[in-house]
Amino acid sequence: MKLKTFKLGGVHPPENKKTADIPVVPVDIPKRVSVIMSQHLGVPAVPVVEKGDKVKVGTLIGEAKGFISANIHSPVSGTVFKVDGVTDATGYRKDAVIINVEGDDWEEKIDKSETLLKEIKLSPEEIIQRIKDSGIVGMGGAAFPTHVKYMFPEGKTADTLVINGVECEPYLTSDHRVMLEKPDEILVGVSIMMKAGKVDRAKIGIETNKPDAINVLSEKAKDYPGIEVVPLKVQYPQGAEKQLIKALLNREIPSGKLPLDVGCIVNNIGTAFAIYEAVQKNKPLIERVVTLTGKGLKKGGNFLVRIGIPAKNLLEKLGEEIPENTGKMISGGPMMGKAINHLDIPVTKGTSGIVLMSEEESKRNIIQNCIRCSKCVSVCPMGLEPYLLEKLAEKDMFEECEKEAIVDCIECGSCSYTCPSSRQLLDHIRYGKQNVMRIMRERRQQ
Amino acid sequence: MSNKLIVSLSPHEKGELSVEKVMWGVVIALMPSFAISVYTFGFDAIKVVLLSVVFCVGIEFLIQKFMLKSETTILDGSAAITGILLAFNVPSNIPWWQLLAGSVVAIGISKMAFGGLGKNPFNPALVGRAFMLASFPVEMTTWPVPFSNIWSPATDAITAATPLGRLAEGGVKALGALTDPPVEAVDYIDIFIGKVGGSLGEISAAAILIGGLYMLYKKIITWHIPVFYLLSLAGFSGLLWIIDPSKYADPLFHLLAGGAMLGAWFMATDLVTSPMSVKGQIIFAVLGGLLCGAIRIYGSYPEGCSYSILIMNAFVPLIDKYSKPKRFGKEVNYG
Repeated sequence: MKLKTFKLGGVHPPENKKTADIPVVPVDIPKRVSVIMSQHLGVPAVPVVEKGDKVKVGTLIGEAKGFISANIHSPVSGTVFKVDGVTDATGYRKDAVIINVEGDDWEEKIDKSETLLKEIKLSPEEIIQRIKDSGIVGMGGAAFPTHVKYMFPEGKTADTLVINGVECEPYLTSDHRVMLEKPDEILVGVSIMMKAGKVDRAKIGIETNKPDAINVLSEKAKDYPGIEVVPLKVQYPQGAEKQLIKALLNREIPSGKLPLDVGCIVNNIGTAFAIYEAVQKNKPLIERVVTLTGKGLKKGGNFLVRIGIPAKNLLEKLGEEIPENTGKMISGGPMMGKAINHLDIPVTKGTSGIVLMSEEESKRNIIQNCIRCSKCVSVCPMGLEPYLLEKLAEKDMFEECEKEAIVDCIECGSCSYTCPSSRQLLDHIRYGKQNVMRIMRERRQQ
Repeated sequence: MSNKLIVSLSPHEKGELSVEKVMWGVVIALMPSFAISVYTFGFDAIKVVLLSVVFCVGIEFLIQKFMLKSETTILDGSAAITGILLAFNVPSNIPWWQLLAGSVVAIGISKMAFGGLGKNPFNPALVGRAFMLASFPVEMTTWPVPFSNIWSPATDAITAATPLGRLAEGGVKALGALTDPPVEAVDYIDIFIGKVGGSLGEISAAAILIGGLYMLYKKIITWHIPVFYLLSLAGFSGLLWIIDPSKYADPLFHLLAGGAMLGAWFMATDLVTSPMSVKGQIIFAVLGGLLCGAIRIYGSYPEGCSYSILIMNAFVPLIDKYSKPKRFGKEVNYG
């Protein structure tokens, strides 16, 4: 049978998933953690604790503000040291609650046991409320508050839940490990989400470079009605929601619309696990799996990390130093992640991995003239013309950028990746896109 | 750890492809045709190709070094391609100074004057050839007989008619006279493997096909332009042939003879001067094939391939503007 995938564009970077076989180990809790209040897309949470307050694991320390926002809970027990600015992966200072760790006391309501709870007792409304209370956000990287996806606008319904187990970014293996180690929990989580979204079928898309995960999940999925595991051809950016829906259901989200407009809810595999813990175990989102990897590292690994622990503690746990010839450090994957300049940044809900690249890998090539080879056009998964958008954005021709649908760009980077002239197409397109979005916002306000 | 970490925007991963790989890939693809031309025309073929490459690369170097005072980019291989293609478009006994003049026009005027690699609207090698054909019509259309004293320096040019030349002069009946001794029918095998008169690189359709398939395999080009160009040429000439076989040559002859194969695989597919979208490439190739057929059959020149491509080059910006790729989520209807 021909494997499913999306039809338009796409690239296949070297996978380099060298940590795929390394089991997840927990990272020791340090003396102090910094929990950033803006770990999600949308409005930052507001700190509800003050200096000197005692907190336990799971205590609410930041309250969601506005519709698109998420609660933040303490990942450790101890005393609030201060509320102050901390630099995160974006390089900006963000408000954070800094906690001095004392012991490891959990809130009593949290069920710390490992027993699998299959029975779903809560009603759909209660589930959504629990997801919201627990501060669950998308674990794939964008960290969009999950409960928003289940609060349908008037008149909209969904018929399919799409679960993203693609992990199309090179190097990263955190989703892969969760699928292998927590398959039952994921499937219960998916069942909970189906109940919350009032859909009777779910499709889990996994690329064929993770055959073990496909096997485990499809075997176990037989016990869960409505859940189907679909193997997908390896192709980047299949983990983008528009491409994933196209691959799994052959539905195309119209330009400027959301998955719900084609009857879909899309969530990451890690989110399914977090929802299981929140709903069945009453455990808020206080930890996640992070991959630490890179060609220069002897081993690399997958770690269960409490939110707020600095990235350098992963390296310590691994027992390695930053390799001598490191040229770039990335929070997230190498295709869409953010370059960071130190490893003191705390792990957040959206940190899927830390990738260390060597100097040779990170060097940008000399930019040459565009030779009009049309490779960027053929790899663009949105059917745009990156070479044209680059030129238009470079010349500040934003009206033309808008006509050429620059806001459709999903910033996957396939164009820059492919360009034989090493042109930084996406840099210019981002600049143009941001300006066009600003112009569109201003127009709406008038 | 060094003190210099790079902080830049994503993507942080870079593909294997580079301008150099693309360009030198084309040079490799041109080698089978070069081998056949050396086999057919001997030392002269090596001389003309080498001279042409040295001229083209040298002129680009001199212009960048002394006129533009910029970095030289001769190692990217694009000037070498122009040199080889220009040589492939001339007879093997062309005087060196005419080749130099052609190279100056190809690189200096058609490429560097527009801003160098990637900025030229017309295929440089074809502009060079068109200039030479207009300026030196006798030398450009006097081809040495294949396999005649091939390893001695060029003596007096003994001209051999090209298949298309025969066709233009004497009609379909003259085609049989191509082979020696003349026979009634055209020997397609000979035209296919290249045992006929003609310009250096165009004689063997087989060698060009090998090079073209190599470029397809290496993903330097896509199949759309060559296939649609040749189909459109065959369709046009085939239609006329069906109407009156005694007057018009058959489509297979048109495909194999002259520069159609070289043009379709190496000139029309020139990345810089062809459209960006697949849709545009098909429009470009179909119109190009029709033009080529029309010039060959109704024009005063026996060969129309190079002009058909040059004319279509001029339409590329227009084609690009009106042949947008299919956008994701655009054709979907919603309220």
